[in-house]
Amino acid sequence: MVELTVRRARRDVDEQAARAQLRRQIARLEAQLSALQISGFPYGRVEPAGPGARGPHILGLGELESIRDGLVAGLDDARSRAVERGERQAAARAQLERMLQEPGRHKFVRVASRDLGEPGCGVWHVRPRLGLIGMLAGWWQVKLSSGCPLAS
Amino acid sequence: MTEPVLQEGVVHDSLASEFPDLRLAWVTVDTRPRRTPAELRERLGMLADRFHGARALSIRREPVPAAYRVFFRHIGLDPDVQRTPIEAAAVERLLRGGFVSGSAVDDALVLALVETGVPVWALDAARVGGALELRAARTGERLGAGDYADDLAPGRIVVADETGPVAVLFGPVAPDRLPGRDTDRVLLFAVGAPGVPALYFEEALHCCAEALDSD
Repeated sequence: MVELTVRRARRDVDEQAARAQLRRQIARLEAQLSALQISGFPYGRVEPAGPGARGPHILGLGELESIRDGLVAGLDDARSRAVERGERQAAARAQLERMLQEPGRHKFVRVASRDLGEPGCGVWHVRPRLGLIGMLAGWWQVKLSSGCPLAS
Repeated sequence: MTEPVLQEGVVHDSLASEFPDLRLAWVTVDTRPRRTPAELRERLGMLADRFHGARALSIRREPVPAAYRVFFRHIGLDPDVQRTPIEAAAVERLLRGGFVSGSAVDDALVLALVETGVPVWALDAARVGGALELRAARTGERLGAGDYADDLAPGRIVVADETGPVAVLFGPVAPDRLPGRDTDRVLLFAVGAPGVPALYFEEALHCCAEALDSD
């Protein structure tokens, strides 16, 4: 009987230590996720896991593990989206550079500021100088249109 | 004006063993329901002017709001679904263009929250019996009195007095415990998440009490 009680007490202590360990992991993951969301604003939004049906309560091992795993998945997702976004922006920047160097070879090509990771509704656009005359004469230029469309 | 005496609440063993730094404390202030004094309205206005979109976004990385975010996760709340109090105040500030002025008590709570990041709640001191305690709800307990009182799921973390739960942690306060027209003494309580420096925690209560006791 005494041995059983000791064994149970030892298991409780072990489980408490495991829960504390999971809480530390959750705290670290939460900090990383927050940092990623801020640096990736407005694109870095992480979808919430869903409302907690039980409200505030002391979580068991299983629940803590589930939260930890959810944060890991959210972090992975946010990171991979950030990498993809970074690649798309790098490609758009390279395209803009090519447009600026040789506008004549990129007629009517458009690159939006948003694709470059910049705020606003501006669009870099290769257009002929002086309209039809420039088009016939081969005078091409890159123009930045600015301003967002008016709200309807 | 006398310095309000901060009283420590009890954190039940089951919670204290999981969250050793968790704190509950309260102060009481003699005050009657009234409109927000001009001085407090001005302070809120100044705070709103200093509170821009960039801060609303990055506030989750500041030490105190971050501690509450982590604590939310630790107790099964998703801070991206149910915002932490300071993040909710930040969103309100952006949506409404300021910290909306309500009653003096409500505004004092907002002031303390925005100044320190620590949420404070108010109760009618006359309707609170004995010391406050942070514990899990027991089977059959309800939030409030009467036919419309909400049932509390056993295990839900609540702030309770000797007669029963007065509020769900980071949730609703029992309607029959809220300050009302006949209130002449307000009890202000705060819950300090693990990792929140004592200075901020205590300052939140003092700041709120001072704002209510300033006339």
